[in-house]
Amino acid sequence: MQDDIAAHVHDRVDAIYRSDSRRVLATLIRLLGDFDLAEEALHDAFATAVEKWAEDGIPANPRSWLISTGRFKAIDRLRKTAKFESADTSALDRLEAESEMPEYDDGVEDDRLRLIFTCCHPALSPDAQIALTLREVCGLTTEEVAHAFLTPPPTLAQRIVRAKSKIRDARIPYEIPSRAHLPERLDSVLHVIYLVFNEGYLASSGESLTRADLSEEAVRLGRLLVELLPEPEAMGLLALMLLHEARRVSRTTPSGEMILLEDQDRSLWDRAQIEEAVELVERALASHRFGPYTLQAAIAAVHAEASTAGATDWPQIVGLYDVLLRADPSPVIELNRAAAIAMRDGPQAGLSLMDAILVRGDLTGYHLAHAARGDLLRRLGRGDEAIDAYTRALELATQKSERSFIARRLDQLRFTSPR
Amino acid sequence: MKYLCLIYDDEQQWQKFPKEVQDKYMGEYMAFTESIKKNGQYVGSNQLQPSHTATIVRARNGKVSTTDGPFVETKEQLGGYYLIEAKDLNDAIQVASRIPSARSGSIEVRPVVDRSQA
Repeated sequence: MQDDIAAHVHDRVDAIYRSDSRRVLATLIRLLGDFDLAEEALHDAFATAVEKWAEDGIPANPRSWLISTGRFKAIDRLRKTAKFESADTSALDRLEAESEMPEYDDGVEDDRLRLIFTCCHPALSPDAQIALTLREVCGLTTEEVAHAFLTPPPTLAQRIVRAKSKIRDARIPYEIPSRAHLPERLDSVLHVIYLVFNEGYLASSGESLTRADLSEEAVRLGRLLVELLPEPEAMGLLALMLLHEARRVSRTTPSGEMILLEDQDRSLWDRAQIEEAVELVERALASHRFGPYTLQAAIAAVHAEASTAGATDWPQIVGLYDVLLRADPSPVIELNRAAAIAMRDGPQAGLSLMDAILVRGDLTGYHLAHAARGDLLRRLGRGDEAIDAYTRALELATQKSERSFIARRLDQLRFTSPR
Repeated sequence: MKYLCLIYDDEQQWQKFPKEVQDKYMGEYMAFTESIKKNGQYVGSNQLQPSHTATIVRARNGKVSTTDGPFVETKEQLGGYYLIEAKDLNDAIQVASRIPSARSGSIEVRPVVDRSQA
């Protein structure tokens, strides 16, 4: 009987850990003012829960109980250390007083936002922001994060230690940025989420084309952010990620070969995710405060709503690229716009634009620029030049599925235009 | 908490400015200094003489050696500093961003070790 109760309590604690440990941590960090202290407190709280709840039953508000217990244990631990080192306890008294919990469960959502904004603070290096966010906000273990980014675990662990030290020593405050600073700080957060998503969506090198877990984590983060802070660009990013996810299954053959957008089986696309994304894009666009993520999502939405590749509304896509290019004048966006123009106005129009980019000296080392050129040259019947372009693309491509795709194109071209 | 804001800017560019431009810049510096004195964040500041006036001093095994500075040749040189009081890094960043040279150069914001709790 006792064993049954203990097992039941254990299951409940596990479930609560999965659903609530991040929120509890976020609040403990605010109350205790230190990441490491909060993590220890979290661990102590859950360990205590397993014992106590078997005796006293599961509390009405488990999260509150865990926060309260964690805080108590942390302060208790600090007092013992202070006594041992006969340190000044006034700071400790202040901590105890300031971390008094209000009765109501207020500010918990705000604490998760505080945690996200702190982990993504621009004073931390981008690598550190990503590592810290995945570890503290998403709850991935150091090993999981290291593995996801193909980094040795000790290196990743050091990166996280240094990031926490910087937060402590430079005094990066645990707060949500004020309205005035929100746009640039939000950019930082969105950038981290998108980097994580991209790492999962298209592994930059190595075997498989998608590393699903990371992308799911990014989408989860994106959803959390929109829930806590329904800003247009946050909605735009979530929409963009959902639209990519919706097509995941159709992007590769069972053997892992890449399938282009125009050849994907649209019946495999996840309509629910597309609908959700389109709704988010519309809300974001309606706000008139949208930016590049929303525009990229809008372009992806136009693709997603076309029932066949041939039905794609290319003029609308070009129009969206025009706006996107003004918001974010990057050569890659220029390239994608050129590809869209090729679809609207014919390959020559697109090719002229792509040539201009490369002549300027931009994207000369970008494999997709050469592959895109190769594609247009192929459609213009300029086989030899297409072979040259694809060959250059192959020299620069590192991802296995992309390389094999380009190699196949080259084989097809060599077959039809032997030299 | 105290932060040291180290001001790095291109000396050669500065030397090429006509006097009116330099005077305008100095006016902006004075206005900035006044503003942080007023709100209690000013602790100290100085403009440094140009980097070619620097000297590197080392004492090794009881022997003092001096060489012509600066410590390292860079495109932007240390030209001055502000020592400020700020409640946290965000606050310090706000102050540093208003230093006139933040527009053309770079400000390194470094927290000062706080020994007051000893």
